[in-house]
Amino acid sequence: MRPGSCFRPVRPVAGHATAMLRKALGSSAFRLPLGVGLQRGSVLGAIFPGSSACACRVHGLQPDGARPHGPVRTAGSSVCSVSSVHHYSAGSSSRTTLDPSETKKFQALSSRWWDERGAFAALHSMNSLRVPFVRDSLLKVHQGLQGGRLLSGTRILDVGCGGGLLSEPLARLGADVMGVDPVEDNVRIAELHSSSDPTLRERLQYRACTIEELSSEETEAFDAIVASEVVEHLLDVDVFIQCCHQVLKPGGLLFITTINKTKLSYVLGIVVAEHLLHIVPPGTHTWEKFISPVDLERMLESNGFCVESIQGMLFNPLSGAWSWAESTALNYALCAVKGRGGQPPGPTHGPEQQLAHHGGAVDQERRES
Amino acid sequence: MFTGMLCLTKAKWILKGGGRYVSVSCQNPARHLSTGFSKARDANPGGEPNVNESQLYDVIISGGGMVGTAMACSLGLDPNLEGKRILLLEAGNKKMIDKVPEAYSTRVSSISPGSENLLSAVGAWNRIVKLRYKPYQRMQVWDACSDALITFDNQDLGNEMAYIVENDVVVSSLTAQLESLAGQVEVRYRSKVAKYSWPRPCLVAEAVPWVQVTLASGQTLQTRLLIGADGPNSMVRGEAGIPTVKWNYDQSAVVAVLRLSESTENNVAWQRFLPKGPIAMLPLSDTHSSLVWSTSHRHAGELLELDEETFVDAINSAFWSNENHSEMIETAGSLFRTALSLLMPTGSSARQLPPSVAGIEPKSRVMFPLGMGHASEYVRHRVALIGDAAHRVHPLAGQGVNLGFGDVACLTKILSQAAFDGKDLGAIQHLLEYETDRQRHNLPMMAAIDLMKRLYSTNAAPVVLLRTLGLQATNAVPPLKEQIMAFASK
Repeated sequence: MRPGSCFRPVRPVAGHATAMLRKALGSSAFRLPLGVGLQRGSVLGAIFPGSSACACRVHGLQPDGARPHGPVRTAGSSVCSVSSVHHYSAGSSSRTTLDPSETKKFQALSSRWWDERGAFAALHSMNSLRVPFVRDSLLKVHQGLQGGRLLSGTRILDVGCGGGLLSEPLARLGADVMGVDPVEDNVRIAELHSSSDPTLRERLQYRACTIEELSSEETEAFDAIVASEVVEHLLDVDVFIQCCHQVLKPGGLLFITTINKTKLSYVLGIVVAEHLLHIVPPGTHTWEKFISPVDLERMLESNGFCVESIQGMLFNPLSGAWSWAESTALNYALCAVKGRGGQPPGPTHGPEQQLAHHGGAVDQERRES
Repeated sequence: MFTGMLCLTKAKWILKGGGRYVSVSCQNPARHLSTGFSKARDANPGGEPNVNESQLYDVIISGGGMVGTAMACSLGLDPNLEGKRILLLEAGNKKMIDKVPEAYSTRVSSISPGSENLLSAVGAWNRIVKLRYKPYQRMQVWDACSDALITFDNQDLGNEMAYIVENDVVVSSLTAQLESLAGQVEVRYRSKVAKYSWPRPCLVAEAVPWVQVTLASGQTLQTRLLIGADGPNSMVRGEAGIPTVKWNYDQSAVVAVLRLSESTENNVAWQRFLPKGPIAMLPLSDTHSSLVWSTSHRHAGELLELDEETFVDAINSAFWSNENHSEMIETAGSLFRTALSLLMPTGSSARQLPPSVAGIEPKSRVMFPLGMGHASEYVRHRVALIGDAAHRVHPLAGQGVNLGFGDVACLTKILSQAAFDGKDLGAIQHLLEYETDRQRHNLPMMAAIDLMKRLYSTNAAPVVLLRTLGLQATNAVPPLKEQIMAFASK
């Protein structure tokens, strides 16, 4: 009798895949050539130097409180300048700037999405927190039916959906989900995986695009947006939030999960994971891009959102399980509501506006960019 | 492999080559992505993609015995699983009775309070009570080789220790309950399964990601989760290639329905450990009891051949005679008992004798072989085992079906939560939780039962002395007995 199956320790999840990737690509692959397709001196500020332009961060499990990164996401995906619709999407970049052989290898890794015990195991297990978080918040607003129709009637946008890890459970609960991701291969994997399930096919749609592209087409179309493990990879979170504001219905919910910018996240997330244990290639993360809940809240409120709840999350690398935590020092999840009344603020400098908020009157000041 | 990778990027995914398929290398423990799943019979890697999708179920339960039917009821009643397609497949006929026949059926089970809770929750317990059942409050277990005995007594607490219910009554009550759930649960009788095909766990284009169940009638069904409740020789377990630890006990059980000499307040369960195996008498009513006599294959065969009178004599003498006692053990035992009674005055019990047997009911004598089995894994991707398919025990503790009902309760809870969280029901993450939970409970129980069986299988003096003193000591410590009872009641 093998008692072993009573306890399954989580393997150091990304170790092997990381090593393989590093060998295949060399660390230089993680730096995108600068300036390609990016408008320097764009209205919205400087591009972070070098290492942040990480083309491939498909995995990167860090110990203790970290989580694997989202799909291949290029740096500029959220750049949305006013003067031009020049945006930088990985789709185009993968055709113009990335090596075909590298694309192949990214594809090899992107197919690991649905390996529940593989490189993305921690993202899979994060669903045990994310899905109830979204579900319960939505149920407070929309009355649902039982069983597989809990969220029916709601339209949800999953930004940076990757392989569809979060889109599928939400669709299974009855919501109409659209998943968008700039990387075409991720979208293909997501479509492939959901295509065999008739329940999902009816409710799930994927598009390879950025949220800027989407925001120009669909305004006020979604009851909720989920941006899980996305904002720490963006160049400009402010623009991202504005685009979210545009596509959300009034009173719609925005869910964000991300990493805090603290000394602890630097030590554990950057130093330990990248440099000491080499679980993630050096340069995968940029600590500067982490956002603290306070800053994120400020950005949200200045863009017409009202933050309803912020909750810390903790990852246990031994059990591979996530749990809610008091402290938001590492990972946290946030729920914000789009204000019901008043004009949504414009994407650039505009006059100061006062918006009547959902939870009470809050003075708004348009941030100088 | 990279050729295969390029294929993925093309607009259509075409499987190249006969048996080759795009193999995304999954570096995972074999059991999740096991090529052991796909043996020679899976030569067609694409499965049967043309199966009508209206045949895609969420859960298929294979096996409609006590545990399988309870699982179907339990899932059908769960609010989080509403709208899911659930199917129960049973190879035999539908067994539903309105009224119990006068004669008792031979196969009975001891239903623990924990199992009673489950049966109440699915709404079958009331039907059982209306049909026929026998609660009992005491149990006496003693040795043939010495005077040692242990009694478990719930009389002071006022609640029942357990219930003796005929297996047919349980199945019938559950089936009747299932009828009332016809909207949620589909049942197919006389549906034998011909083969199972397992899903490809990795993302392979045009492969069927579901478990496929091919019936003997030729029809193929697909399911997101297959629950194997098909007994100790489980086909689900065998075809999934799940390794099983098992051994035969070289024992068979002879079961019969006994007619007592006189009507008595029959609310005690008796079990005596003879050198060849335990003999147990379980109350069915004031006039009848059920016999379960586990003994060697040869002796069991002989017992079946005996005429009624001789058989009855054999039973009575098995319970009453002291021929196996040895002087030394008796002295040691009585000394120890005296010492114990000084230390713990309340800890000893008087030995009682079971009621004497007058006859046996006609055509009720049967025998079946005993063995122990434990599947080393209860779950695989999209597969879960419950009941005897996962674990098979010796009847000496009356735990077999109770472990199965415990599996039902646990798995229902886990699937309910998974559905509420939008998970794919066949995903291994939560199935592993079920496995861990149940193995943690079942393994100690099975080890204890096996240990008891081995301990009492000999009349070598040192072992007899050890178990005599051990039994007497346990009997003298009420908190310990309460712990044992609590563990067995779950």
